[in-house]
Amino acid sequence: MKFLPLVWAGLKRKKLRTALTFLSIFIAFMLFAFLGALKQALGGGVSMAGLDRLIVRHKVSLIQTLPESYKARIQAVSGVDAVCHQTWFGGVYQDPKNFFPNMPVEPGAFCGMFPEFVLKEAERQAWLRTRSGAIVGRATAERFKWRLGERIPLQSPMWGAPAGQSQWELEIVGIYDGINKSTDTSQLFFRYDYFEEARQRDKGQVGWYTVRIADPARAAEIAAAIDGEFANSPYETKSEPEGAFAQGFAQQIGDIGSIVMAVVGAVFFTILLVAGNTMGQSVRERTEELGVLKAIGFSNLLVLALVLLESCCIAILGGFSGLGAAWLIVASGNPIPSLLPVFFLPTSSLVSGAMLAVALGLVAGVLPAWQAMRLRIADALRRGG
Amino acid sequence: MSATRPPLVHISNVSKIFKRGAEEIHVLSGLELAVNEADFLALMGPSGSGKSTLLNLIGGLDRPTSGTVQIGDERVDQLSDRQLAGWRARHIGFVFQFYNLLPALSAERNIELPLLLTGLNQAGRREHVAAALAAVGLSHRAKHFPRTLSGGEQQRVGIARAIVTDPTVLLCDEPTGDLDRKSGDEILALLQSLNKDHGKTIIMVTHDPHASARASHTVYLDKGQLSNNPVA
Repeated sequence: MKFLPLVWAGLKRKKLRTALTFLSIFIAFMLFAFLGALKQALGGGVSMAGLDRLIVRHKVSLIQTLPESYKARIQAVSGVDAVCHQTWFGGVYQDPKNFFPNMPVEPGAFCGMFPEFVLKEAERQAWLRTRSGAIVGRATAERFKWRLGERIPLQSPMWGAPAGQSQWELEIVGIYDGINKSTDTSQLFFRYDYFEEARQRDKGQVGWYTVRIADPARAAEIAAAIDGEFANSPYETKSEPEGAFAQGFAQQIGDIGSIVMAVVGAVFFTILLVAGNTMGQSVRERTEELGVLKAIGFSNLLVLALVLLESCCIAILGGFSGLGAAWLIVASGNPIPSLLPVFFLPTSSLVSGAMLAVALGLVAGVLPAWQAMRLRIADALRRGG
Repeated sequence: MSATRPPLVHISNVSKIFKRGAEEIHVLSGLELAVNEADFLALMGPSGSGKSTLLNLIGGLDRPTSGTVQIGDERVDQLSDRQLAGWRARHIGFVFQFYNLLPALSAERNIELPLLLTGLNQAGRREHVAAALAAVGLSHRAKHFPRTLSGGEQQRVGIARAIVTDPTVLLCDEPTGDLDRKSGDEILALLQSLNKDHGKTIIMVTHDPHASARASHTVYLDKGQLSNNPVA
């Protein structure tokens, strides 16, 4: 601690240079954390996926439907605990830019399958009672300021409107919360029986099945058994763990993880050069001062530690400030709720960012510190004089 | 010189050779020097005569090519780099021609630097710094940064930094070389006072006969050899 004023004095020596280096590190870490939040948002489904759940979809693609009759046959496969289905509805609320996912489901089976959606018992009962009832996640309810009992109109380019009506009308009977902050609360679910009765085409068809299995270790075996059940039928299936399904879904818009890593890698390499150059220049300019410190008794190792500490200080100050700024920005709200259902800065990004800041300080400072350590006192004082 | 006590600084048969490419430059050759405790020695000689090199050897900033350098009971030429750093912190105070203060630190912070290597706590360090500032007559300039001090004041801060740990020997390399006559006289008077009133052993390199006149005696260095007579 007693050497900190000396380290601080080194940073204050060239205020503009220190400020610019701080700023470049600040921006890099803010970008790092912000991209971390984006990666989390785009791959959110992967982390939310249950280990004990499989997704069964049409073998050709997700947009091909499956017969509703498959439910009973899947249920009969050994190792399957529960089955429920969902169908992509693609309903539009007022304007296409107000996008949020909406799907018809069977309320009883659905609530049992997805405990991460936390719904009050009274609201669950109301959903079971109300044929046109829908439950909506907190994020979307707050986005459109929907309240319980409110009737909302949806138009579905995919399914048209119920006979004799111009649009689908749903009554909000429940607002669910996520079991944790990584749970997607942007979706709306309404009753399949209402949908099935009112739709004009593809009756008896559903989008995909979610299957709960008793033993996650048997996932591959059970998936193969389900696919085998429907092999050589007009509706062959592809079964996979929910995590793999979500990963595949997220990668429809590219490998976000790789893109983020590439951007962050390029930024950090540049910052490493900037910070390393700054520290190198700083040490070169202070040759005489370092010589004086050594002359009055500072050991080589202590000089090495001081230069490293100085490098770490600026990296940590810039890095932590950048992470803090990103946290504030992310906490202030979701910039595009229609595209990013879950938007928060994961603790893992903050922790890895903090570790990266320390590592940046050490790596950027190691060469100048080594040079400072090896500096011969007589040479340093001669250069200064 | 005292007949009963061994010299504080004892340099015996010291040679120093610098290599520049294939060329060897003999700066000091078989040099002998003894300085007693509480002595004030002026070391004079023309440029390039090896005065600063000799000072560096005494201060443990460099090692002789051959010969021995003994300060008190310590064979300085035999210490490792790490041991030398600790030894310098305990026994040597340096005063440089161009003051060599750290520009980003205030006068008191500059003076505190050698104390950071001791076990003193903050209050103890402050006490020592205040005493050193008082000794050089700069208590009122404690918070000032070097750029706001005159050359003479900066050199006083340099001297305060050199004496704050109460070192065994004070090594001054042209301490008045960058000062006008008046400021130079003040610095010399201060060094003289430290020697006479506080018993500090001082070895001062200088070009200036006026400065050397303040010392208790003067030796002359030329062509790597010491003599008691001025160089012709």
